[in-house]
Amino acid sequence: MQYYLLIPFLPFAAFIINILFGRKIIKDNAHWVSTLAVAGSWIVSVMTLMDVLSGLSVNQNLYTWMLSGNFKVSVGFLIDQLTAVMLIVVTTCSTLIHIYSIGYMHGDKGYYRFFSYLSLFTFCMLMLVMANNFLQLYFGWEGVGLCSYFLIGYYFDKKSASDAGKKAFIVNRFGDFGFGIGIFMIFITFGTTYYDEVFSQAAGHALTRVNFLGFDVHLMTLIALLLFCGSIGKSAQMPLHVWLPDAMEGPTPVSALIHAATMVTAGVFLVARCNPIFSLSETALIVVAMTGAITSLFAATIGLVQNDLKRIIAYSTVSQLGYMFLACGVGAYTAGVFHLYTHAFFKALLFLCAGSVMHAMGGELNIQKMGSLKKFMPITYWTMLLASLSIAGVPGLAGFFSKDEILWLAYSGASPVGKIVWAMGTLVAFLTAFYSFRLIFLTFHGRFRGTHEQEHHLHESPKTMTVPLMILCVGAVASGWVGIPHLVGGGAHFTEFMKPVLGHAEGHGTHAEEWMVMAISVAVGFSGIGLAYFMYVLRPELPGIVTQRFLAVHKVLFNKYYIDELYSFLIIRPTIWVAKNVLIGVTDARVIEAIVNGVPSAIGGFSRQLRKMQTGLLHNYATITAMGIFIIAAVMLLRNW
Amino acid sequence: MVPLNWYLILSAAVFSIGVFGFLTRRNIIIMFMSLELMLNAVNISLVAFSHYLQDLRGHVLVFFIITVAAAEASIGLAIIIALFKNKNTVHVDEMNEMKG
Amino acid sequence: MEQTMVNQAGFPILSCLIFLPLLGVAALLLVRRTNESLIRMVALITSIAGFLLSLPLFTSFDKTTYAMQFVEKQAWIPAWNINYHLGLDGISIMFVLLTTLVTILCVLISWNSVKMKTKEFYISILVVESAIIGVFCSLDFFLFYIFWEAMLIPMYLLIGVWGGPNRVYAAVKFFLYTLVGSVLMLVGIIVLYLYSGRNFNIVELASKVYPYDMQIWLFWAFFAAFAVKVPMFPVHTWLPDAHTEAPTAGSVILAAVLIKMGAYGFLRFSLPILPDASRAMTPVMMTLSVIAIIYGGIICLAQTDLKRLIAYSSVSHMGFVTLGIFALNTQGMEGGILQMLNHGIVTGGLFLGVGAIYDRTHTRQISDYGGVASVMPVYAAIFIVFTFASIGLPATNGFVGEFLILLGGFKASQLAGVLSASGIIIGAGYMLWLYQRVFFMETGQKVAGLKDVDFREMAALIPMVVLIFWIGIYPEAVMGFMHESVRHLLERVNDGSANGTSLTKNVMEIMK
Repeated sequence: MQYYLLIPFLPFAAFIINILFGRKIIKDNAHWVSTLAVAGSWIVSVMTLMDVLSGLSVNQNLYTWMLSGNFKVSVGFLIDQLTAVMLIVVTTCSTLIHIYSIGYMHGDKGYYRFFSYLSLFTFCMLMLVMANNFLQLYFGWEGVGLCSYFLIGYYFDKKSASDAGKKAFIVNRFGDFGFGIGIFMIFITFGTTYYDEVFSQAAGHALTRVNFLGFDVHLMTLIALLLFCGSIGKSAQMPLHVWLPDAMEGPTPVSALIHAATMVTAGVFLVARCNPIFSLSETALIVVAMTGAITSLFAATIGLVQNDLKRIIAYSTVSQLGYMFLACGVGAYTAGVFHLYTHAFFKALLFLCAGSVMHAMGGELNIQKMGSLKKFMPITYWTMLLASLSIAGVPGLAGFFSKDEILWLAYSGASPVGKIVWAMGTLVAFLTAFYSFRLIFLTFHGRFRGTHEQEHHLHESPKTMTVPLMILCVGAVASGWVGIPHLVGGGAHFTEFMKPVLGHAEGHGTHAEEWMVMAISVAVGFSGIGLAYFMYVLRPELPGIVTQRFLAVHKVLFNKYYIDELYSFLIIRPTIWVAKNVLIGVTDARVIEAIVNGVPSAIGGFSRQLRKMQTGLLHNYATITAMGIFIIAAVMLLRNW
Repeated sequence: MVPLNWYLILSAAVFSIGVFGFLTRRNIIIMFMSLELMLNAVNISLVAFSHYLQDLRGHVLVFFIITVAAAEASIGLAIIIALFKNKNTVHVDEMNEMKG
Repeated sequence: MEQTMVNQAGFPILSCLIFLPLLGVAALLLVRRTNESLIRMVALITSIAGFLLSLPLFTSFDKTTYAMQFVEKQAWIPAWNINYHLGLDGISIMFVLLTTLVTILCVLISWNSVKMKTKEFYISILVVESAIIGVFCSLDFFLFYIFWEAMLIPMYLLIGVWGGPNRVYAAVKFFLYTLVGSVLMLVGIIVLYLYSGRNFNIVELASKVYPYDMQIWLFWAFFAAFAVKVPMFPVHTWLPDAHTEAPTAGSVILAAVLIKMGAYGFLRFSLPILPDASRAMTPVMMTLSVIAIIYGGIICLAQTDLKRLIAYSSVSHMGFVTLGIFALNTQGMEGGILQMLNHGIVTGGLFLGVGAIYDRTHTRQISDYGGVASVMPVYAAIFIVFTFASIGLPATNGFVGEFLILLGGFKASQLAGVLSASGIIIGAGYMLWLYQRVFFMETGQKVAGLKDVDFREMAALIPMVVLIFWIGIYPEAVMGFMHESVRHLLERVNDGSANGTSLTKNVMEIMK
């Protein structure tokens, strides 16, 4: 099955062709190159999935990338169940979003540039998920970060866009800092960075303790947490979540592909991939679960009050990513990846629908200025509604199955924090349903609150945009059906399929308990929807009253808990202040340069003093000479005395 | 026979006069003459020692000094004349071009 | 240590490389000074010929041995046992190639920007090339010192004559700074010469044993020369001034090859000749390196001058180099040597790029720019490759070097590894901010209507881009050269010398 190599290298070839020839030759035909390439990748991915289903797997090195002493790393590919699923997720979303972009980006002056970046992103993401060692994973990891930087800052003449791109990259670097050190620790511990060798040796180090910066720590906990730093950055978890909402400056297809479906889930993928390491450390798992749960709750509360269409969905993404980490943290890696997989469909769909709305509204993002769009754009409405139902956990839809599995395994699993995170997760499920439907009701129902001009232009989007919506909608509805739990008569095929890679987390509880968990999650989902309906359709004056009542809380939530301001105050401004006033102003200018310029000027000053002896008067010289002679003579005489 | 000491005392006296003159006078020509006095004082003692030690090398040295002094005097006077032409003075305190 | 004297090229290739630029100088002297196009053509042809002549080094180098290759040895001043002794090993070969390549690019980028004293300008460039190749090839300390100092004079002229408004200050500072260091090194060289029985042969000196306290003194004497050149914290302050004031070609030569001579000095002299002192001084050197990384990086955040920012980023990047070298393990040292090369390519490229736009706008103030990407898309694309290589993005050469250095540094000292890894965050910060302020946002007044890079500028910039990806994707292409030499060097440093350990240990115990 050597053809798997086509999967990453088709988009790469498309990138090369578009970036070299796009500006002058290909121009408005750039989408053909990129879309065909990624569609080819999708076909090969499906073939690969078939192979994996029939029991094949690949672990192959292409060539040696780095070699230095005993450090050896290859460009190599590992294809197993986890990779196969990720391949499907990435190539499916990518293909559909490529098609969608044809319509959405039509007429943009950087058309070829957009498609080259998309292809490059797809390539990097595929390299990331197909890696068979940590270094190549890191390659893909940084590569997708790079594309994210380019695509967020796609409208680079806007300051906010270029700021957001830069912010995304730098915040991610904070995470990568830990990730990189994690890779060092892995290499120093295991002498290799290949997954198979690392994971097979990991169990042998279950009890090892090491000295890290003077602290005696449990080795596996250390490695797991360092790797998790990378995940926190890439998957926008607390406290490095700040870049993702700003990333919405990018074109909407980018938000859908990179900041919802694929790249941001790389962190979850990393934890799932490294489950043999994480499973050896209860501490690390608790940290993962709690980070996930807290982020999830935190982002959901912010999402409640935002008015920016895309930012609401962005906070929703942060929240759902937290859900996935919550799952991984309680040992239910399969459930986490399952949610990753279903989430990719319904979240990409939500973003694309948002894009469709923006397209109709002429770039307007404030949902307070929308309303009644249902009758103008029925396809967008219905697909978005289904996606929202899916994310709210309405039974039968994709989101329901994955969310339910997470909550059940959190409730019943062995994790010491399981019950807590279950409670938080349930609360988040309620909030999610609420803000998702707040969005739907404000956007599509009620009366139109925008300008007349906008109203005049309202129209359904072209076919290239609506067809991907409908296809993704099928995914948002049906993708969960591969993982219907045994409880309701399903086969739990997804769990079975993943078992060789991710193990199998067993819930320990009775059927009654399982029914109860499911019932609670369904109930909170519906009550969230119901509350949103009550507040935004039946009693539209209510939100204003609530806001007035809890003004302080609203302000904190609306300003995202002031985290950005906090970072600016604690990190950015002090650093630049130090650079300007201490390092340049004092150390360089007053200490080092003082010495450097001081030595010559001291010598010069001494010389200037010395110069005064040169009076130019012959008598002074003669007197000094005579005195000198007398002194010498005197010394000689006295010495012999 | 005059003892050596007398010559030496004479030499020292002439030398001291030269030094004193060189240090106290401001007329550059007089200073120049004082310089010549000092040279001749040295010559006196050299000749005296030469005679005392019965070594002719002292005489030879004196001849050299006289020659060099003559050359020096001619150059020196030439410089003084040139200076006088420029400055219209032979007063050394007014010649401080070398002041640092 | 027995060295086989081989010269697989069959002719004195290194001498040819050193003297070819001087031949070009001789030719330039014959050209009438008003005939500027002919002057440029002669310089270009000479530099290209030099590059082509250096290619056989690359192809016929024997990677399986650490021994010196392409060796030439002629008695020069037999009375003092001074020889004309040249040779290359896996550490130095890449820098000779880099020098010959960079010279071409410097000639190209100065094509239109140097309008005054053109003839003297190209003469200076070619003399610098000759001297730098000499430094990397010399195996005789006396010869080495001559080249080392000879390089200063044309460089001094390049900065002082063709530089910016404050050029004289910068040139004098550069000259004196480096001279002070070099003089101390000269003392060290003489001490070694006398101690070793009147021997200037670097290879032989590197196989002898010296008393511990003498090693320490010599180490600091050499440190003075090499640390200034690198430049290490706290003797870095000449670099921003020199870089900022130098003409583009001068900055490129400074960044790409000249400051590599310092790190090369550590590798060629300090480590193998003074292994015990080097080991003992590792903590100091690593500390200074880490300070340089963070200090240089943070200072970049507050710079308002394009060239000055890149100059300070050099301080930071060279901190990585010295960190890797003094990690004294394979990954660190190989990463360090690779990073020297990388820094030459990337920072050389950045200065070439800045030069290209400076020719158009005549301003170095970052705030005068903005929106360059809109008017010069090709240039922006090339520059972002340099930017990301400087940040150390995987698939660029910067990643391979920095990763290996950090890995080696982390192995040697966890704290140093962790602290210097923060340099990659800062690096991303200042480079992306720079890129944003220059290329993104609204088009500035001075930028509007600029022409994109022309063919000549592309010819100067593209080789760097190709090298960045080539080394980033297949680093073995250059690292293959250094494996044996580094292994040998580390053996020498870490084991001391086989027959002399007892003596050294005794001295060390006495010291305690």
